[in-house]
Amino acid sequence: MSLPPLVAPAAELTVDEIRRYSRHLIIPDVGVDGQKRLKNAKVLCVGAGGLGSPALMYLAAAGVGTLGIVDFDTVDESNLQRQIIHGQSDIGRPKAESAAASVREINPYVNVVIHNTALDRDNVKEIFSQYDLIVDGTDNFATRYMVNDAAVLLGKPYVWGSIYRFDGQASVFWAEHGPCYRCLYPEPPPPGMVPSCAEGGVLGVLCASIGSIQVTEAIKLITGIGEPLVGGLTVYDALEMTYRKIKVRKDPACALCGENPTVTDLLEDYEDFCGAVSPEAEEAAVDSTITARELKDWQDSGKSIFLVDVREPAEYEIVRIPGATLIPKGDILSGEALARLPQDRQIVLHCKSGVRSAEALAAVKAAGFKDAVHVQGGVLSWIKQIDPSLPAY
Amino acid sequence: MNVLLNGSAHVLPDGATVAEAVAVATDRARGVAVAVNGEVVPRTGWPDAVLRDGDQIEVLTAAQGG
Repeated sequence: MSLPPLVAPAAELTVDEIRRYSRHLIIPDVGVDGQKRLKNAKVLCVGAGGLGSPALMYLAAAGVGTLGIVDFDTVDESNLQRQIIHGQSDIGRPKAESAAASVREINPYVNVVIHNTALDRDNVKEIFSQYDLIVDGTDNFATRYMVNDAAVLLGKPYVWGSIYRFDGQASVFWAEHGPCYRCLYPEPPPPGMVPSCAEGGVLGVLCASIGSIQVTEAIKLITGIGEPLVGGLTVYDALEMTYRKIKVRKDPACALCGENPTVTDLLEDYEDFCGAVSPEAEEAAVDSTITARELKDWQDSGKSIFLVDVREPAEYEIVRIPGATLIPKGDILSGEALARLPQDRQIVLHCKSGVRSAEALAAVKAAGFKDAVHVQGGVLSWIKQIDPSLPAY
Repeated sequence: MNVLLNGSAHVLPDGATVAEAVAVATDRARGVAVAVNGEVVPRTGWPDAVLRDGDQIEVLTAAQGG
């Protein structure tokens, strides 16, 4: 299904612009008309991270006239393995500003709009309404559902992409012409079941594989060429080196864009909808959470503790708290590793930041270790408060 | 009947539905999408979508990374 161009053409291209975009202009399908549409287009990139980096750079180079960048975060050293819009000297700088500087360097004819803020239910509609098209490059389910809901409620198309390790998915969600994100994934996975890139890792270059699909689709929508990925899900497997396209239809029972919608405005709380921590974990952690400093004091006082690192082996390789025994969370949740926990010592669980250890704590307590505790902030807190010479990741 | 579930051969009882195939592939139904022969079956349709011999079923997991 082809669709008419999303954006009307600008009045004209300058001589400088004609020189710059000549390789587009001589493609018959794009031509001067298509380039004028790109010039007139206003595209918002949500997140200047892994997907946002290549997306913003190629959208800028392609001559999209107005590029919005929304990101509240600052550049961290661990971003640079994949977030190629930022460089060494940008560490500590707001990502929106760092990305804007790169965009201006790539193409001075782009009007860059910086939204150095966290997208939330109070500003998302106002920000989205200033743009023709949204590119979703966020890194968490809560924001992804909010982006989807806001786009559907405003009738805006958006180009969606997600990545994890070696796998990527991309689609165009536009409720007017096809399904929305909720038609595909009505609800997020249970909290703790699907790791983020910070927990599970991501191959840096995967960002380019998926980000470039998103830009390709953005250009096609703006100029009205080809078959947009509306009603299609592209699934990329870097290890097999395969791209597959799966058909997705609008779900008549979709809570948001279906025939009898039950979601008619933004949700009050998207964090709550996605539940960063399961209710069981939250309950288990009450009065059973210690700080990294308290753990150190327990160790120094000779208290009989059994410290369990519930992260994955690759993370244990990178950095560990002295004295910790590695038992990945999955082995605790499955019950397989419970026999390895001593009955006569104080059980202390930790992970990277305190989320996974809370999940494991719920299982350990349910298995009868009533006085077990977990470490708030995990190994990252340990590094910060106890031993800054260790590498954070 | 014989089906391909995430690329591996599986035997399911005749008349098995998409919902039953999902239960074989994963112990949770939230945050996954299912495609049969290259087309996603919406969540609400799982209990009524009866599979056929030779169907290729793919259970996709939502990822949040970006």
